[in-house]
Amino acid sequence: MSIFRSGLAKTRQSFFGRISQILGNTEIDDEIWDDIEAILLQADLGVETTQRVIDDLKNRVRKQGLTSAEQLNTALRESLQDLMQRPPVLNISGRPLSVILVVGVNGSGKTTSIAKLAHRLKLAGRNVLIAAGDTFRAAAIEQLQTWGERVDVPVIAGQPGSDPAAVVYDATEAAKARGHDVLIIDTAGRLHTNYNLMEELAKIKKVSQKIVPDAPHEVLLVLDGTTGQNALQQAQKFREMVDVTGVIVTKLDSTAKGGMVFAVFNDLNLPIHYIGLGEGVNDLVDFQPEIFIKSLFEEN
Amino acid sequence: MFESLSNRLQDTFDRLGRSGTLNEKDVDAAMREVRMALLEADVSLPIVKDFVKRVKERAVGAEVAKALKPGQMVVKIVHEELIETLGEPGRLNFSGSTKPHVIMLVGLQGSGKTTTAAKLALHLRKEGRQPFMIAADTYRPAAVDQLVTLAKQIGVPYYEEGVSAKPEDIAVRGLKAAKESDAAVVIIDTAGRLQIDDQLMTELEEIKRRTEPAEVLLVADSMTGQEAVNIADGFNKRVGITGLILTKVDGDARGGAAISMRAVTGVPIKYLGTGEKINADSLELFHPDRLADRILGMGDVLTLIEKAEEAFDEAEALKLQKKMMENNFTLQDFLDQLQKMKKMGSITQIMKMVPGMGKIIDQIDEEEIDRRMKRVEAIINSMTPYEREHPKVLNASRKRRIANGSGVEVRDVNDVLKQFREMQKMMKQLRKGRLKIPGLPSIPGLN
Ligand SMILES: Nc1nc2c(ncn2[C@@H]2O[C@H](COP(=O)(O)OP(=O)(O)OP(=O)(O)O)[C@@H](O)[C@H]2O)c(=O)[nH]1
Ligand SMILES: Nc1nc2c(ncn2[C@@H]2O[C@H](COP(=O)(O)OP(=O)(O)OP(=O)(O)O)[C@@H](O)[C@H]2O)c(=O)[nH]1
Ligand SMILES: [Mg+2]
Ligand SMILES: [Mg+2]
Repeated sequence: MSIFRSGLAKTRQSFFGRISQILGNTEIDDEIWDDIEAILLQADLGVETTQRVIDDLKNRVRKQGLTSAEQLNTALRESLQDLMQRPPVLNISGRPLSVILVVGVNGSGKTTSIAKLAHRLKLAGRNVLIAAGDTFRAAAIEQLQTWGERVDVPVIAGQPGSDPAAVVYDATEAAKARGHDVLIIDTAGRLHTNYNLMEELAKIKKVSQKIVPDAPHEVLLVLDGTTGQNALQQAQKFREMVDVTGVIVTKLDSTAKGGMVFAVFNDLNLPIHYIGLGEGVNDLVDFQPEIFIKSLFEEN
Repeated sequence: MFESLSNRLQDTFDRLGRSGTLNEKDVDAAMREVRMALLEADVSLPIVKDFVKRVKERAVGAEVAKALKPGQMVVKIVHEELIETLGEPGRLNFSGSTKPHVIMLVGLQGSGKTTTAAKLALHLRKEGRQPFMIAADTYRPAAVDQLVTLAKQIGVPYYEEGVSAKPEDIAVRGLKAAKESDAAVVIIDTAGRLQIDDQLMTELEEIKRRTEPAEVLLVADSMTGQEAVNIADGFNKRVGITGLILTKVDGDARGGAAISMRAVTGVPIKYLGTGEKINADSLELFHPDRLADRILGMGDVLTLIEKAEEAFDEAEALKLQKKMMENNFTLQDFLDQLQKMKKMGSITQIMKMVPGMGKIIDQIDEEEIDRRMKRVEAIINSMTPYEREHPKVLNASRKRRIANGSGVEVRDVNDVLKQFREMQKMMKQLRKGRLKIPGLPSIPGLN
């Protein structure tokens, strides 16, 4: 909660406060509905999800005979909470070696999130290894290695331009041989529309299975929190190709709200595990629906 | 999931029927659809409201052109207004005699600044200017390495001091080095930052003050959502930007952020980034009409036509057309066309620009098509000129020779011949006007 708050250190007055003001604690009129709609749309919930929330909220108002702003606040929060749940714990325990594959479009924050996640897991007593599966982008390997040193987690890398699947094979083998219990695989950013690169990802996934048959145990999709409705297409395509199991949303320390994750969660059934709130090693926090929902209504 | 605006409006107006002018009620109904379409395309809400108001003012009372249905008329107005909002493409400012000209790239984390710096350098060198790059990102791990790797890759001189100095000092010393090496344009890569990060925005102001750039370009991700207005406004208010570059346009985002950013800053869009590789094709000039089509979900028909036109010399096209009319399209023509199609870019790239093809393309294996095209080419290349003009002479032994020559099986040769015959059939239909690909001069169907 406190990290989340400081990451979102831009709060002035909460939307709920504003609603009460507008309403003066009396009736619920058209203007208030427009206001709610505007806030949901501007939080990137998208037209469909916004309409869904509003319909649900109107239903509640009618059924429960709500009249005051206070009641409306609570109902709105409930409507949104119905659309978002706490994620399950990561499926990375109970076996000698668990593998986490990290995927996403270019520049979404994969490498940085991996460093943060490795740091968290290490603090939790895990013995982590990272595979530098991005052999394409200029200095991607050096970037990951620098992070590895910073969080004191070893990184297995190949040559720039080499076959990423080969690197992943070597890293999985090394993780097993050296007794690591978590392997996190970084991959090059790729647009979900690029078929060849998406196929390469499927290949990377398969390669790790040669050594750990049920790997990867988690496939985390990293979404840039400033992304709009395209996040849904991304999630859909990555899920089709590599069976994404969950999501990390980055850059929520920005002014963006990340409301597109409602659709990602509801339409695609993908839990949100973590959110990124900055560029430091400690800036990856658990996703908590109540706080996330509250932050939607905080003014920049 | 995304319906094109034309489709949406079709439904609305189908219910209303035809009339000579657009009345307020009809337009209101249409504007609801326009609003939704724009929001789905990630145009920021305040910009949408403004836009809808303007379109409504223009549309109410407008004559419906003879050739159009009311829905089409509204789309036309929306389209025109959108093109106007997107504005003319901006050229880089190289006026003034102080050399070198400085271009500063700014933007959020991961938007594509460093990659764009290299693309821009390459582009400028193609234009005959001497580019120079400065690595002024001392925050992101290996940001300097990244810039240096790219600069070396394209052979452009650069300046770096690792991460030991302050970015503003590096920029100033880099500029001095650039002057000494006679560079004409200097590109300063800066670290990604949030527009609400006061300290880092002050740093940008400082770099700007001390290097006096001719251009401060905001590099923004085309997938950006509603925050586009705040980002663009924030950067513009603090450092004053002179232009926009939208990146990752090679994806399938509708790109509404472009409108938001353009509308809130008033600065022109200068380039589009269309690939992660650094080459001549991955930085494109911006065409407002095409982006408008894309935002409205109308497909990039113009780009397609233009690419086709580039590859097909007009005189040649005429000759080909004549051949088709006379029904003597040969295997040699087939081969020529294949080669020309290759010049147009990858098949999926081309098909993506055809309205409605987006979904189908995802099921196409580009590599497989490429492999097949190469195989067809190899097979025809192994035929004698006579055989290419007269495929009827191809008997079993000739086919064996061709198969051996091109390293395939006789079965594959037969496949090509079959495909060719099908194509001839298709051409016949085209001639009869039954099959029509709008805007395209006779491109054979690949199946
Ligand atoms: N403000 C902020 N910046 C972030 C966050 N996560 C990542 N970044 C920054 O975003 C930029 C891109 O991050 P990377 O980790 O390199 O992204 P990536 O997905 O690995 O990028 P590619 O490998 O090039 O596809 C870097 O400047 C990071 O510091 C976050 O939660 N908040
Ligand atoms: N597909 C595609 N990828 C792009 C494009 N432009 C940049 N990228 C990729 O986006 C990612 C981020 O690009 P960078 O150039 O590192 O972005 P940046 O703005 O310098 O990032 P920071 O310095 O961390 O703020 C990389 O993976 C690039 O390869 C583009 O036009 N298309
Ligand atoms: Mg990376
Ligand atoms: Mg950079």
